[in-house]
Amino acid sequence: MRDEATFKVKAGLAEMLKGGVIMDVIDQEQARIAEAAGACAVMALERVPSDIRRDGGVARMSDPEMIQSIQEAVTIPVMAKARIGHFAEAQVLEALEVDYIDESEVLTPADEANHIDKWPFKVPFVCGATNLGEALRRIGEGAAMIRSKGEAGTGDIVEAVRHLRTINGEIKRLGGLSEAEIATAARDNAAPLELVRAVAASGRLPVVMFCAGGIATPADASLVMQLGAEGVFVGSGIFKSADPEARAAAIVEATTHYEVPERVLRASEGLGAAMDSIESRKLDESELLSNRGW
Amino acid sequence: MNGVPSPRASGEQITVGVLALQGDFEAHGAVLKRLGAEVREVRVPADLDRLDGLVIPGGESTTITLGIEREQLGDPLRAFHAAGKPIFGTCAGLIMLDRDHLGIIDVRAERNAFGRQVRSFEAPLELGLEGGPVEAIFIRAPWIAEHGPSVEILAEVEGHAVAAREGSVLVVAFHPELGDDDRVHALFLQSVSDARLTAA
Repeated sequence: MRDEATFKVKAGLAEMLKGGVIMDVIDQEQARIAEAAGACAVMALERVPSDIRRDGGVARMSDPEMIQSIQEAVTIPVMAKARIGHFAEAQVLEALEVDYIDESEVLTPADEANHIDKWPFKVPFVCGATNLGEALRRIGEGAAMIRSKGEAGTGDIVEAVRHLRTINGEIKRLGGLSEAEIATAARDNAAPLELVRAVAASGRLPVVMFCAGGIATPADASLVMQLGAEGVFVGSGIFKSADPEARAAAIVEATTHYEVPERVLRASEGLGAAMDSIESRKLDESELLSNRGW
Repeated sequence: MNGVPSPRASGEQITVGVLALQGDFEAHGAVLKRLGAEVREVRVPADLDRLDGLVIPGGESTTITLGIEREQLGDPLRAFHAAGKPIFGTCAGLIMLDRDHLGIIDVRAERNAFGRQVRSFEAPLELGLEGGPVEAIFIRAPWIAEHGPSVEILAEVEGHAVAAREGSVLVVAFHPELGDDDRVHALFLQSVSDARLTAA
């Protein structure tokens, strides 16, 4: 009678997150601040991306005890990250009953050839993408939500903009293609033909797409929403800023009213300093996170 | 659409608002447009002007609660209801309308009552609509734990109330906006049409 964990139910939770802000948190106190500021979900992790960059070393799934303590602290959905291809970490997160698993390039990849086969899991997955082919490969593997990758932990929005514009530009171009050309586009993008066909017909991804990687201000959130993101992930941008409570609430407000400059203006006032940032183009190739995964 | 009468039977265009602070308001808008209604997204009190009915969508109830406070929408929403305008809440929308939140329907919702996301489910649900059960999608869904005498319970899952009506207010714990079965929205739009005729 009851049919649990169908794709509709997995993709449906992402629908419920739309227009919202998902915030990285590392402990109960941050989780409570995020919830009180209006976050629609939190991402529980031991180190935010900017700290992972600074510390170096292998970044793994967070301590389950820490994730559990965050699940106990808030009533909004709790997400957690597994390494690319590390299906055993994902199994642990499923046993913990997190609400969403992020198979994330922010952690050190565990498999350089294969992403996790996400279909057998009851917990839905969100995955990063830099272009349409990558997004559709992840959806083909069972992802129920996509986030454009950006360059996590930099506070630089330029890569997020590049990835959003790339994905949406590629979707638009599919619209004008004939059936024969769609088959070629599927081959060129290394994406499942059925999904390419569906995107060409509907003019959108078959799942919700958020934006991640580099959002540090209310205006950044407004920018990516105007470029077609359906919600935002903010990692280091909130709790590495001078006034996390105020900045968190301001980014939530700007995400709701992204089309109204007066509201984004009001949200931007009096927030103190943003996070310390790094210009993405000054990063060495080996320091980039967005080129992990294929 | 399985033979549901058009909500435009009155011949007048009706305009329905969808609270758009956060959540799946676009999905509701798409269904309402499919059924012939004019749709307006509501984010501030002025957006409620001259609407015939309102939908409060699914989403994160904490986020939407905070948004209603920030935008000072509580009193305007209660006034909208007091004016006899129909309101339809799904999932988080049901929670927003209950005793502990806007106090617009005399029920108490239990949040995340069915459990975390791994317990989210689909099930056929009998609502007494022509055409048989609806395929109901429950996502971290609430149920109605208590209700007053003037509330009519329309459906239950495993003994828990998941759909109810009181006067012009309709609430469901599931997401009729996510499927392609428009009958629950058609039921709501019929009440919007009726309320307009009564008011006229």
